[in-house]
Amino acid sequence: MSADTTSTAIGPVEGGAHYDVDNPAPYIEAPRKRTGKTPRATRGNFEMAAWLFMRLSGVVLVVLVLGHLLIQLFLDGGVSKIGFAFVAGRWASPFWQVWDLLMLWLAMLHGANGLRTVINDYAERANTRLWLKGLLYTATVFTILLGTLVIFTFDPNIR
Amino acid sequence: MPAGTLYRGREGMWSWVAHRVTGVLIFFFLFVHVLDTALVRVSPEAYDEVVATYKTPIVALLEYGLVAAILFHALNGLRVIAVDFWSKGPRYQKQMLWTVVGIWVVLMAGSLYPVLGHAARELFGS
Repeated sequence: MSADTTSTAIGPVEGGAHYDVDNPAPYIEAPRKRTGKTPRATRGNFEMAAWLFMRLSGVVLVVLVLGHLLIQLFLDGGVSKIGFAFVAGRWASPFWQVWDLLMLWLAMLHGANGLRTVINDYAERANTRLWLKGLLYTATVFTILLGTLVIFTFDPNIR
Repeated sequence: MPAGTLYRGREGMWSWVAHRVTGVLIFFFLFVHVLDTALVRVSPEAYDEVVATYKTPIVALLEYGLVAAILFHALNGLRVIAVDFWSKGPRYQKQMLWTVVGIWVVLMAGSLYPVLGHAARELFGS
């Protein structure tokens, strides 16, 4: 670079046009502006709803999960007391059935949405994302349905 | 990767990393946990047999790790909510992280005996 280019702060752009009233600069659309050509998928509020759900379910899960841990792992001998009879005793009460059902649904959806974000962040190929999320949603639906079925059909006199 | 360009975001970034790692670990445990609980629909014996593995000393150590992951994720999650919704949250995010770490250390120390006591009695007698 020669020294005399520093005399003017900004030189004329090489081959650049000089715009004026008769020769206006091309209109540049604002980035990320919603237009008629924007795909449907990016126009909804799903990501905002998911973001809000993580915070709302998170607060509820702090209470549900820490309460669950306290009962299962800390009080009355911790994990040593757990067995079929202990589960039967707790699910005899609708209160603990609702507690566990709510915890199952919120924790599974909270975790599934978290893993969806992780997949979107790290899986770079569209096909990889598709398959990983397909696996995630299948496992999530299966686990939620199985857990719900177990809570609703639990039979203390199964034997 | 060119030298000197690796982003190290200090407390903000590392708490984000820890939140992800603990979240994924907890989610994978949740799958296993729903499946083992589903055995109550098979037979009391099948359920008690699987729960017996949860009472072994090695799995007790894993349970202590699960408590560690859940406590951090819960406390840091409340911090994230404070950063997002409290007007002064972003300004105090570092102080809140060290508060989270402090509470976590105290709770983990308090969990030692309740969670690992039975394993210690099994390993060392009495």
